[in-house]
This record gives sequence, C-alpha cells and structure tokens, in this order.
Amino acid sequence: MEDILLLEAVERYLAGEMNLQEKSVFEDLRKKNAELDQLVVEHTYFLQGLDKYGTLKSFKHTLLEVESNLASEGLMATPALKGKAKVLSLWNKYKRSMAVAASIAGFISLLTLGLTITYTKKYGNESYYELVKEITKTNKEIIVLKSKNVLPAIPIKPEPKVDFMGSGFLIDGKGYLVTNAHVISKMKNIYVENTKGQYYNAVAVYTDNNVDLAILKINDTAFRAVTNLPYSIKRSNSDLGEQFFTLGFPRKEIVYGEGYVSAKSGSDGDTTSYQLTVSANPGNSGGPVINRNGEIIGIITAKDSKADGVVYAAKSKNIFNLLDKIKPEEKYQLKTPVNTTLKGLDRVQQVKKMEEFVYMVVGN
Amino acid sequence: MSTIEHDQLLLKGLAENDKKSIETIYRQNYSMIQSFVLNNNGSADDARDIFQEAMVVLYEKAKLSSFLLSCQLKTYLYSICRRLWLKRLQQMSKFSTQVENLEETVAVEEEIEEHEKVNNDFILMEHAMNKIGEPCKSLLDAYYLQKKNMLEIAGEFGYTNADNAKTQKYKCLVRLKKLFFAQYKNA
Repeated sequence: MEDILLLEAVERYLAGEMNLQEKSVFEDLRKKNAELDQLVVEHTYFLQGLDKYGTLKSFKHTLLEVESNLASEGLMATPALKGKAKVLSLWNKYKRSMAVAASIAGFISLLTLGLTITYTKKYGNESYYELVKEITKTNKEIIVLKSKNVLPAIPIKPEPKVDFMGSGFLIDGKGYLVTNAHVISKMKNIYVENTKGQYYNAVAVYTDNNVDLAILKINDTAFRAVTNLPYSIKRSNSDLGEQFFTLGFPRKEIVYGEGYVSAKSGSDGDTTSYQLTVSANPGNSGGPVINRNGEIIGIITAKDSKADGVVYAAKSKNIFNLLDKIKPEEKYQLKTPVNTTLKGLDRVQQVKKMEEFVYMVVGN
Repeated sequence: MSTIEHDQLLLKGLAENDKKSIETIYRQNYSMIQSFVLNNNGSADDARDIFQEAMVVLYEKAKLSSFLLSCQLKTYLYSICRRLWLKRLQQMSKFSTQVENLEETVAVEEEIEEHEKVNNDFILMEHAMNKIGEPCKSLLDAYYLQKKNMLEIAGEFGYTNADNAKTQKYKCLVRLKKLFFAQYKNA
C-alpha cells in the first residue's frame, strides 16, 4: 500500500499536479532520499516508454486503417478473400497453407544452409578426412563369408546389411555408447557389435555435429547390462606428449594402436579436439583413446589425408557436455564410470579387460 | 504548391497521426516501393511490411521539431525502404545482396539504427503488456494510452468508485514495471 501511495505521489509530481507546498516538500524529500530520487527517475523513464508505446501503437493502428482503405480500392494487394474468380479465390484460400509450406521449405533450406556452413567451417580443411568406413561390395562379401564361418554358434538373428562402419564404446553399463556423429549420420538402422560377435540394435539418443559426437543406446532385449566398466572418462585436458593406445574397428576385427598427443587443438585450431600421432584408418572413427591409467581422453574422429599420422580426436570432456544436454530428460540419467581398474596393469591385460566394451558401430 | 511545401505539409500531418496525410503518402509512394520489393525477391506482403516499417521511421522523425527533410520525401522513403529490405534479405541470407536500384538514394543508416532501438523498446513493452493479463492490460491501456480519467474508467470496468480503480491501476502498473525491467535484466 505504501508503494502505491509513493507511486501516486511520483506520478502527481511528474504530471505537475502538486501544489507549491507539496512540491517543495517532495523535492526536499527527493534530495534527502536517494531511493526516492531513483524511483522518480526510473518512473519517468518508464512512463516515457509507455507513452511512446501508446503513440506508436495508435499510429500503427492508423496505418492499418489506411491500408485496408486502399486495399478495398484495389490500390494495394489485399490478403482478404474476395472471391472474384475461382482461381483467385482458390489462391486466396490456399495462400496461407502455401505460405506455411513455403516458410517450412525456407526454414529447411536455411537449416541446411546452416548445417553446410557449420560443416564447411569444421571441415573447411580439404584434407580433413572422416574415418567412417563405407563398405564396398567386395568387402561386404568378405564380411558375409567371414561371419558365416566365425559366428555359427550365436542364436540366429538376421545379420544386418552393412553399409557403414565405425567404432564406439560403452560409457554406461546400461547400454549407452559414444561414437562420432558422422559415423551414424548416414545410417538409417544402427547396429553395434562387440568383440564376442554379439549384435544389438541401437538408436541415437543425441548427436552434436559441432563436436562430432553422438550418444547411442542399445535397444535390444538380448543385451545384458554391465555393472562395472573398467575404464573412466577424463574430465580435464591431456598434456602434450601423453601416450595412449586406441581400440577400434578399421576391419571386422578389433585393432590396437599406439601413439601420443601431438597438439592441444585439432584441425583449423579447433579447441574441442586434439591432434594425435597414431595410425588410424576408416572405421576407427568413434573409437576410444585411452591413456596409460585407463582413462579415456578422446574419441578418434578424423585424419589428415595429406599428412602422415596426423589424426584428430574429440576431447573426452565433450562427452560430459553432451550428457548435460540430455540430463533434463529423466530417462537419461547416465552414470559414467568414475574409477579405472586398469591402472598399473600391463598393456596386454588392460586391453583384455576393456576390449569387450568397445563396439563396432555398423548400419545401413 | 512546390514539392517541398507539399512534403512538409504531409510530414506535419503524419506527426499528428492524421489519416488523410498518411493516406496521401501511401498513394504517392506505395506502388514504387512495392515494385522495388517485388523486383528484388520479395512478395506483396513483404512490401506491405517494409512500407509500414518505413512509415514508422518517418513518423518518429516527423515528430522531432529538429527534423528537416533534405531531399524529396519520395527519395527519403525509398532510401529507407531499400535499406530495410536489404537488411531483411541479409537476415534471411538467402539471396545475394545485389539489389536493383530504381531511384537515387540518400544515407539513412542513422535513421535505421534509431528505428531499431525504438522498435526494440516497443516490442519489450508489448511483451510486458501481453504478460500482465486482464483486466490489468485494459485498465492500463485506458488510463495511460487512451488517457481516460479515473471516473470514466471506474464506470467502464465496474469499480464502485474512482479510488478503488486507481488503487487497482497502480497495482497493475507495479506489475507491468517489474515485467518490463525484468526483460532488461534477462537480455
């Protein structure tokens, strides 16, 4: 109530409705009380804004009146339905939906444009070469042949047609994997296969094209949740020269690699990734980069097609950014492994312990 | 009557929100602007929008006592519309900004900048107004925009007396103010 009385006083003061005595008392008060002074200034500003808003609003109203006048004279194109000719009335009738359709089309084209721009920005470097493997026909035949020999014991499940191949790894035993966004970008159906040869259906939960990462969820009743993942995911940046090993699927067999961090930024100074020196081939995309303690420090994304051994990997902390984005949804409360049980083991043991959690990501 | 005198008369009318003057300005300039927009990847609706916006720019200017038109009204309006349309094309970034010229132009960058500020303020106030809900909105509209007196408003809205209406009006105003300034904090 006091506020309101005060406001009333301010308005009367501003409108010049106070008598001399009141005015001098009020001005005295203003001088002594900084808060009141501020209120007067603020309210003046606000009332001016309100006044401007009012006049502009009524001006716009006049404009609309004039326009509708002129439109009825035929001087301006009018959006109103007149029904003079059938074609015209049909046009008028569907103009709205056409406009909607056109704006959707426009939006999509803008979106595509935007995507193209991000891509060209990210992969502006011509020699930036994503390591997703596109299976050629001959290769495919080899795979089919092989799997017939290798996997006869597994409960019969139609083998998916494989057009693209990459790598991925579990980040939550419930069946969540991380891979590259570009690995799955062309896949309509996604399957993951572990080193035991078990296939599971998977769906993309979240993709981020900027950092080129995606989170997959295994959507298969046959999948048994894993309680303890032996490795952890590193939240901080790795240092130059840090040694690591990689696991991935450049072929149908898991392949081990070794290397070191050679730069703290990726292609074109991209600070969300590292430059590594390691050998990597198509199919390695999405595979984990693990340091000697058994912490995942990155995810292989691409290599320089012109330079030797120059490979790029997304930094592992990006995974946490992705997880934060899906966190608001209750079903996506992921628990990433916090402790590594690989520390101190020799390399062969480390690989043995973790290889079954690295998956081949395939699809068509 | 010379063109200059004619234009000045129109501007005076415009500043007073005079329907006749506004209509004259539309009649004399609209078709030119429309063909400009249509020739440069725009639609009839775009032309309408742009012309409306240019009229607002002109209105803001005309209200200033310091404003002196340094060229023909036609040229001035065309320059503003051209600038506004270029800007919109750029925002859509869909088309090249190579725009055909139908007329000579004058520099209007300052005007456009000012207008953007005015427009922004307008939008902020409109937002706040739309958020406070009824009957606050109508109440404030009646008092501050339509400048009706409290007694009239009390009768119209069904308050038992002007004092009650006044109290309610101040309550509404406090809310509007809060909403309005909150937007600044968020921005």
